[in-house]
Amino acid sequence: MTHPVDPDNESTYAAVEFPSSLEEAKKPEADILRELRRCGYDNEVIFAIKLTLEESLTNAVKHGNRCDPTKRVAVRYAITPEKACFIIRDEGPGFDPDQIPDPTTPERIAVPSGRGILLMRAYMDRVEFRDNGREVFFMKRRECCR
Amino acid sequence: MSEQRSHIMIRRAGDVFVVDFADRKILDELVINEISEELTALISQHSGIRLLLNFEHVEHMTSAALGMLITLRQKVQEAGGTLKLAGIIPQIYEVFKITRLNHVFEIHDNQSGALAAFG
Repeated sequence: MTHPVDPDNESTYAAVEFPSSLEEAKKPEADILRELRRCGYDNEVIFAIKLTLEESLTNAVKHGNRCDPTKRVAVRYAITPEKACFIIRDEGPGFDPDQIPDPTTPERIAVPSGRGILLMRAYMDRVEFRDNGREVFFMKRRECCR
Repeated sequence: MSEQRSHIMIRRAGDVFVVDFADRKILDELVINEISEELTALISQHSGIRLLLNFEHVEHMTSAALGMLITLRQKVQEAGGTLKLAGIIPQIYEVFKITRLNHVFEIHDNQSGALAAFG
């Protein structure tokens, strides 16, 4: 890379792509965790990022690309000692995140699925769905204030 | 006597079936499905089962694992049994709090406390 990584400049993000399978979705994680540790993120923040990464990659593979191996998931990220930013993109039809029901209501609490986005929003400092839900951006600051 | 399975170990403590997780992370969907199948078989074989899931070695889990627990809870209820959870580390307990599942499951600090609560 010829220019430094800048979380506020998405053109500087590291990029990795993989075909839609849950097995492939695990592969970017090792590099990302190594970089988080190198930048001094503590275990609590790493736990939050790892969980959000897994939820978002699973969503992209399963719900976005419907596990179609001809479709790909793109991961872009920038990690600095100040904050870590991620963009996960799938090639699915998209969705409206505002239509996802609250899984904590009495009517939904016993439903086995539908908690991924709730956890992402709870653990990250910023979560944005873009392009009709085909892309999600999330950011976590290193200094955790949760 | 304990029975070694792929991702869980099942043992008896009196009339309670205690399940220990072999993996520190319960993330992989295939693994979650295997655990679910093994425990579903156990529940179906023991009407009125008293089941304790011991999480003391588990350091990470995702919403897919929560979904499995909700499904298991329903199956235990249908079998007229009782399900308790124990040994959940603070980071994972936070996941239960965020999803409010700490109000759905009976969660004990440790295995001995849970076993005592079975009576």
